Amino acid sequence: MLSVAVKKALGSFSLDAAFELPTPGVVALFGRSGSGKSTLINLIAGLLDADAGRVVLDDLVWLDTDGRLNVPPERRRIGYVFQDARLFPHLSVEGNLRYGERRASSRAFINLDTVAGLLDLGSLMQRRTHQLSGGERQRVAIGRALLSQPSLLLLDEPLASLDSARREEVLPYLETLRDQLALPMVYVSHDFDEVLRLATYIVLIEQGRTIAQGGIGEMSLNENLRSIIGPDAVGAIIDGTVLGVDESSGLTRVSAGRGELKVQAPHLTAGATLRLQLLARDLIVATQPPQNLSVRNSLSGVVASLSRDAADSELIAIDIGGTLIMARVTTAAARDLRLAPGLPVWALVKSVSLRSHALGALPARSIARPGA
Amino acid sequence: MIWLSPSESEALSLSLSIAARSVALSLPLGILAAWVLTRRRFLGHTLLDAFVHLPMVLPPVMVGYLLLLLFGTRGPIGSWLQRAFGVELIFTRNGAALATAVMSFPLMVRAMRISLENVDRGLEEAARTLGAGAIDRFASITLPLMLPGVLAGAITAFSAALGEFGAVITFVSNIPGETRTLPLALYTALQTPAGDGVAARLAVISFLLGLSGLMLSEWFARRVRRLLGR
Repeated sequence: MLSVAVKKALGSFSLDAAFELPTPGVVALFGRSGSGKSTLINLIAGLLDADAGRVVLDDLVWLDTDGRLNVPPERRRIGYVFQDARLFPHLSVEGNLRYGERRASSRAFINLDTVAGLLDLGSLMQRRTHQLSGGERQRVAIGRALLSQPSLLLLDEPLASLDSARREEVLPYLETLRDQLALPMVYVSHDFDEVLRLATYIVLIEQGRTIAQGGIGEMSLNENLRSIIGPDAVGAIIDGTVLGVDESSGLTRVSAGRGELKVQAPHLTAGATLRLQLLARDLIVATQPPQNLSVRNSLSGVVASLSRDAADSELIAIDIGGTLIMARVTTAAARDLRLAPGLPVWALVKSVSLRSHALGALPARSIARPGA
Repeated sequence: MIWLSPSESEALSLSLSIAARSVALSLPLGILAAWVLTRRRFLGHTLLDAFVHLPMVLPPVMVGYLLLLLFGTRGPIGSWLQRAFGVELIFTRNGAALATAVMSFPLMVRAMRISLENVDRGLEEAARTLGAGAIDRFASITLPLMLPGVLAGAITAFSAALGEFGAVITFVSNIPGETRTLPLALYTALQTPAGDGVAARLAVISFLLGLSGLMLSEWFARRVRRLLGR
């Protein structure tokens, strides 16, 4: 368990944040720019001194202002990946990687060969840092942080300075780290796509305050989150379990609530976890069991709530068996269908749209939970 | 040095030896002063800054006179040095090295400060998160990255030390074989009847030394910059 509760006043800005992350896991500190995410991560690292608070990971106490304890950053064993990589220009790639390894006080859990393998750094070892591309620089920075044998890894918008192609180049490595190392991570981002791909837990920050936090499925329904990511990205996120292959269609069956969805994910075997995002704008609501339709995916449930979305539209939360999904319908349609809490409904999802998203972007993507 | 007379080559080697001692003395202090002035904010910062630069604006003769007062046999520091270590500065080449060190100190510190200001503090923060303590960070990150400035400062100070006149002649006088450096030998030659030829030769030597010092400094700086990928 990573437990953070800190206060810091910086001029007219004040930060008062608290969150707890079940470990191992990846917590995304998510919020608009200027909301205090980087300040919070620097307080965790100890690069900024908190006015008051506690930072504790399991039995490691790094900061406890009541107990007058403030471990300096160089002794906190926290790996930090900066937005601008901050590689040492007078050292080679290998020199950079070894820098933290040489100074690691704890017993090594990862060595240079493993890190080079995980991040594909083998061919870069003897390069000078100014010969690296932006994506390569970030991979080296991540490797350097890992080799310092940290018990917590902080990543401060590590992809923000990269263009989208470089971002796609680095993201799979971060997914690999999450899935293969039992290392708790704090990931600062204002890009929801990154959060969706990496996080297991989301902490929302606004104007220096942690306004909401929870698992990613629960948080995908959160009103504050919706207002940050915008109407087009609103949708339930479900970590479903792969059930097997559907014989007739060849599609992969994934559990979602009490029902199941068929998606294009041929590389996954039964038992794997697949993260699905069901965008509210992609769902169609029916009040009768769908028949004679080309849509292959339907989920039955009952309306849990209606909430005003944008102008002329309503967001319908549907309980599909302990799990909520969201569909956007026009206010007129909601009135005509007499949608109200308790009404049985069917939500239709086009597999085609799921499949087309699965290749690079949303909503279907394989994610094996760390520790699972 | 077959084309130099014994007294000329004596002045040349003495100049080089004094300049080397001067830089050896001022280099660690210069790095410290540059670091303190760049990285620390404290009461008296401006005063220390002004004090370091003072030799640039004071008449060299006055600096020599101040050194006499402080480091002379009856001066507070001079008498203590003699009692404690048996070190005598007045009328010696070590004294000449001290005088040139004081005079060239501002030049050295300026060069180092400029390059230290260009060292990204974010890199020191990164080193910190990787487990490097304060001294470790300075030695492994800050110093290597400010090296172009350290080298440039050292070479500039060395070249300036070769040419220092006023402070040297005031503090340690003009003793052949001990404190008569190139500029002092040049001055002496000019005071001597028919010394024109000697003076001209010494002037050429000084000129060549200064020029090669500056070129060497530039060459070094470029090499180090390339090494750092800038």
